[in-house]
Amino acid sequence: MPEGPIASVPGQESGVSRRNFIKGVIAAGATVSASAYLFRANIAGQDSALPGAVERLITLNVNGQDRRVDVLKHETLATTLRYKLGLTGTKLGCDRAECGACTVLVDDVPHYSCSVLTHTVRGKKIVSIEGLAAPDGTLHPVQQAVVNGQGFQCAFCMPGFVMATVGYLKTNPSPSRAELAHGISGNLCRCADYNKILDCMMDAADLTRRA
Amino acid sequence: MADYKLIGKNYTTPDIVAKVTGRARYAEDYRAEGMLFCKLLLSPRPHARVTRIDASAALALPGVHAVLTADDMPAPPPRPGPPRPVPPAAGAAAGAAPGAAAAAAPAPPPRPTIAPEFALTNEPLYEGEPILAVAADSEEIAAAAIERIVVDYEPLSFVIDPLESLRPGGPNGRTEGNVFVGQNVETLKWTPADIAQIAEGKFPSGAEATETLVFGDIEKGFAEADLIIERDHYQQTTPHQPLETRTAMAYWQNGKLYLHGSTQSVARTVAAVANWVGIKPEELVLISEYTGGGFGSKIPGAQSMAIPALLSKKLNGRPVMMRISREEETYIGRTRPGYQGWMRMGFKKDGRVIAADVFVVESAGPYRRQGDHATSANNASLMYQVPNMRFRGVSVATNTPPPTSQRAPGGLQASVMFEPMIDEAARKLGVDRVAIRKLNAPEGAAVFGLAPVDAPPGRPRNKLTSCFVKEALDKGAAMFNWEERRQRSGQRRGSKATGVAVATGSYTAGSIGVDGLCVLKPDGKLYIHQGIGNLGTHSVIDTARVIAEMVNMPWDKCVVVWGNTGEHVPWSSIQAGSQTTYAHTRANYATGMALKRNFQMLAAHDLGGSPDDYDVANERVFRKGNPGRAITFAKAAERAIQLGGAFDGHELPKEINAMTRTSATALAGLGLMGVARDNLPRDGSTYSFQAAFMEVEVDLETGVYEIIDYLAVADVGTVVNPRSLGGQIHGGAVQGIGHVRSQRLVYDPHYGAALANRLHHNKPPTILDIPVQLKWAAVELPDPSNPIGAKGIGEPAIGAGAGALICALADAVGDGLLLRTPVLPEQILMSVAAGKPAYEPLTAFI
Repeated sequence: MPEGPIASVPGQESGVSRRNFIKGVIAAGATVSASAYLFRANIAGQDSALPGAVERLITLNVNGQDRRVDVLKHETLATTLRYKLGLTGTKLGCDRAECGACTVLVDDVPHYSCSVLTHTVRGKKIVSIEGLAAPDGTLHPVQQAVVNGQGFQCAFCMPGFVMATVGYLKTNPSPSRAELAHGISGNLCRCADYNKILDCMMDAADLTRRA
Repeated sequence: MADYKLIGKNYTTPDIVAKVTGRARYAEDYRAEGMLFCKLLLSPRPHARVTRIDASAALALPGVHAVLTADDMPAPPPRPGPPRPVPPAAGAAAGAAPGAAAAAAPAPPPRPTIAPEFALTNEPLYEGEPILAVAADSEEIAAAAIERIVVDYEPLSFVIDPLESLRPGGPNGRTEGNVFVGQNVETLKWTPADIAQIAEGKFPSGAEATETLVFGDIEKGFAEADLIIERDHYQQTTPHQPLETRTAMAYWQNGKLYLHGSTQSVARTVAAVANWVGIKPEELVLISEYTGGGFGSKIPGAQSMAIPALLSKKLNGRPVMMRISREEETYIGRTRPGYQGWMRMGFKKDGRVIAADVFVVESAGPYRRQGDHATSANNASLMYQVPNMRFRGVSVATNTPPPTSQRAPGGLQASVMFEPMIDEAARKLGVDRVAIRKLNAPEGAAVFGLAPVDAPPGRPRNKLTSCFVKEALDKGAAMFNWEERRQRSGQRRGSKATGVAVATGSYTAGSIGVDGLCVLKPDGKLYIHQGIGNLGTHSVIDTARVIAEMVNMPWDKCVVVWGNTGEHVPWSSIQAGSQTTYAHTRANYATGMALKRNFQMLAAHDLGGSPDDYDVANERVFRKGNPGRAITFAKAAERAIQLGGAFDGHELPKEINAMTRTSATALAGLGLMGVARDNLPRDGSTYSFQAAFMEVEVDLETGVYEIIDYLAVADVGTVVNPRSLGGQIHGGAVQGIGHVRSQRLVYDPHYGAALANRLHHNKPPTILDIPVQLKWAAVELPDPSNPIGAKGIGEPAIGAGAGALICALADAVGDGLLLRTPVLPEQILMSVAAGKPAYEPLTAFI
């Protein structure tokens, strides 16, 4: 290293090089996220006894049914679905709009439910992975295509990908493979089974058009 | 190849409808009556001693139920083997006369021992290490309680970049020292001359190492070389980042711990969790039916699983859910260790590798030697059949998230280190890049491996059970149209340069000695119990099909039981190291044979004749040549229960493992049992291989690059499940591409603070980072040591993908420029402009 020691006992740093100064600035910026270990906005629990935490009873239309539910003003839709309505098919992979595992449809448009406040979707139609199949168990064409092609590996990202695809195909029912990849590129698969996912989802577009 | 009905065929796994409808339950999807939530307090410092914890204000908060600290952790089990020497107290050592110790003790001086890692600690060794946990009615109350807890820390020295720790006077990552040697910590400082080389951006290849492995004579080898290539090298530390974090929920009932966790293995997680919680294995019921990825970071589950278990224990068994956030996962979710190093390779004119010398400093995190670096050297010894080789390594303690195995640990790094050097030699010698790999590649029962310098002579080397990497290279070259496409190397299209490359990957692909267990019940269904995990590789289902194949059982009459030790699973391999497909096709072959034998014995008992007079098909055991003389499977199950003994599991084979015995005993009397241990012979070690071909386009004005095409051809023996094999080959490739392209952890070395703890910052690959269509194939030549010829696949796929990308980039921009990963656009721009590596050649964690 051209500069002096860059890792040492705090309080005993010797000299401030230009690079150390810049890194210090970066670190100061990072302190904001480093201190935010606890994400107060995205908590799970039945209720809160904390002062100021006021719940309000609202009506949500989820998977075609009106559901009455008490929500906190800062509660996310993912939390409401998973912890108040028992719809655990919606997964939380990052809780901050990076991975897409929590994707649901709000009035037919895919949204990251970890980043939607529940009270903002009153009066809208919410569809989660549990709401896709017909009441008799017949799978939605996108679901059927995943089964037909043995898509995905660990499948933790699967509900989000399926919802994103259902939403995307509503805007572009006959996508090219490249268009479809762009359409669902807001979702991460850490098993990186993207190729097989695209195989399935192209088949899903076919099945959806024919349905 | 045998004419199989099930093996080698695509099919629908029995778990996929649950997955695609959202009914599949991962750990965080479970709820229990009265369930509490817990939150963790993580260390804000990279290394410190906790001097005081005051949780009184937190405990006074309504809704807070318990605080768990390091003092609540169970004592570690005694280590196997003889007790280790205890270091003398500081005063005693200082007071001893210098000569006295030397005269009295010919044995080496006592070494400091390493305190093992616990789920919670009073001496955090990296930023984000958990200090304590709070259980409360809601997560919000637990979070509020955490903020009311006062923790005093005494700061201790820390280090982020391993080379900083090796400077004279440089900081140590642990109070006991700075390098891991075997199970211990020692102190190693390099000379000022070594450090001066680092300051010039050059790795000091003559510096002192803590471990050395050799084969042959490298001095002789290099003397005989016609071409010698020498390169510095850096590979980054990457987090595993499974999409499902290591969330866990626990409760106690009737003296047993019920743990819903996320683990790669199931049978092999039980003992680990029991250790962490301080209970006996039989006191644990582990439920993990679905696991959202692991990639090595959850092989026996996660140590943090002990936290909700111990909190629940404190609260008389009340259920506690511990959700792990993405930030927490990046801290505690494990990493692949980074490398700072140097390689020198000698070649003969025809391209033959004649010598290799390797030095790697491994960024080992704070707790233990990881050893990827030595595995990388072993891998090179295998892949290039190097006749003269030396590996030197140092494992430096760093105050960064602890490493563990990450998909092809050492194997991925080997492809990234050595494959570009093979290409550079090929170009300099005018040898084709496929040809040079075939020239050096192992085949058949090739031997390989290095040994410690002081190892006794004549020690046998590792020997392969099969190797068809040359066939994979040939098949891939034909499919990729290599002869034509290699002409595009370096071609320009506007500002873009094309790169075309081939690379190989290899890794272990199977272990032996595990068990299988199944019961044919009077309902006519075959219940196949599996102790491996379900993390998406499908091997937990694929390998069950071997039993069905062997007794001609229709697949729709088979029920696979997995993911819950309460439902009695057999002893199994760990779900890692590409072991399960090989290990459990063997074990289930043995089990299928045992089941078939039981059918034959039962038929002979009831219908006369000898067991060999009978065969099984169409859900009946029948007399050969007289198919009318038969018993249906369902009836045979009833008769087995009536006859007892070995038929229904009341008598068990002696050689099965203890866990299998317990499970089989619990299932005794329910039907006709098949249970066996894999005692099949194996001569050698089983490895799988892969050849990969790639084309890239690099924009020399922006440094941005695009992968145009990718093809991988795998030597995995018999293909068991084609679609899932394709998924493994491509998934591994894309992870390898992510390693070379974008993934990293970034630290501020001055504060020891993590700067890239979110997916947005540490950048796993997305669907847009890869070609829109990837291709794969398999050579489909069976491994002779496996009864169905199968080998594992998970690991070799990642090295081949990573190697192909780093080689393709070098093909586009020139040799010797891109010596560190990830290869960022700015690195390409700066290095191409400078005509030499011009981007922080050795600095870690940037």
